[in-house]
Amino acid sequence: MVTMVVKRGGRLTGLQRDVLNLYRSCLRAIRKKPPESRNNFLIFTRRQFEQHRAISKSDFTTIEYLLRRGRHQLETYSNNGVRNVAI
Amino acid sequence: MNSCRTSLATTSSAIAGSVRRSMMSSTLRAPMVASLRSMATATSEPARPASTPRMKKLKIYRWNPDEPSSKPYMQDFEVDLNECGPMMLDAILKIKNEQDATLTLRRSCREGICGSCAMNINGTNTLACLCRIDTDLTQTTKVYPLPHMFVVKDLVPDLTQFYKQYKSIKPYLQRADYPADGKETLQSIEDRKKLDGLYECILCACCSTSCPSYWWNQSEYLGPAILLQTYRWLADSRDHATEERKLALQNSMSLYRCHTIMNCSRTCPKGLNPGLAIAKIKKSMAL
Repeated sequence: MVTMVVKRGGRLTGLQRDVLNLYRSCLRAIRKKPPESRNNFLIFTRRQFEQHRAISKSDFTTIEYLLRRGRHQLETYSNNGVRNVAI
Repeated sequence: MNSCRTSLATTSSAIAGSVRRSMMSSTLRAPMVASLRSMATATSEPARPASTPRMKKLKIYRWNPDEPSSKPYMQDFEVDLNECGPMMLDAILKIKNEQDATLTLRRSCREGICGSCAMNINGTNTLACLCRIDTDLTQTTKVYPLPHMFVVKDLVPDLTQFYKQYKSIKPYLQRADYPADGKETLQSIEDRKKLDGLYECILCACCSTSCPSYWWNQSEYLGPAILLQTYRWLADSRDHATEERKLALQNSMSLYRCHTIMNCSRTCPKGLNPGLAIAKIKKSMAL
């Protein structure tokens, strides 16, 4: 979602931490999915983040919007009824 | 489904157009024959252009989520009022049909009963289907989505939070026992009258999004629309969960962020009075 230019041991900005937290909770949600479809969910998640890699890290409004949308998507896909995702 | 709804809307505008034309011809004292002929042509070819087009300027808020780093902007449109129905929704749908199909909005019933087309027109939250087009051609009409809501696209606001709040007040009949005969729970005429002015609410969110208090405390304050619904269930003689409902409001945020600003009652497109309902809740909680 955001280009992570992070120095080793450097401090993250609040927004960068939010993005990483979202990614982490996505990974945790994937672990609750059936084993055979987990890889699909992982590819899907990574693609969702990767496609916005080019966004400038100072473009706060866009990053905040994408975070909001990402959280909403996570909430939808975490539902137990969602067994697999097409990629 | 969508095409069916759109065709309904266009039929209504065609009818409205024919009515206006026939009224015009009668006020101008045109010969009866001409008036009859105009009626006949109106039904056979509804979109007959009049002699001088009356072009109305509209400025509509646009934002496309597929390009998240682009900024929202106002797009100019022009609509010929001679070929358009009388309501703002007719104008916006005409633009969507003929000029820019990417213009996005929610609409369904085109008669103010579904609450889908709530938007901010010339600075007032209202339903596009109940708002007449301002016929002053020198003025530009501005159309925005509902204020202080996240935008999904163009004129579509994100009402997730609003619906979550509605769910949180448990908007259904709560009672332990139902009549033994298995029929409906009866109510006296007087008790039923208490629900008038409450049950008509269509949850269009016009009032909540016009409330400054709701703008600043959207996550905790319930807002006028939801509080009106809360009162609808408090006032219902068949509901037995009154104490629980009151207890849920017993904190500084849910109810008491209402500072009687009364924007809600001023803006309600259905002519209801959420401010009064909130005052009645406050009174019943205090006494």
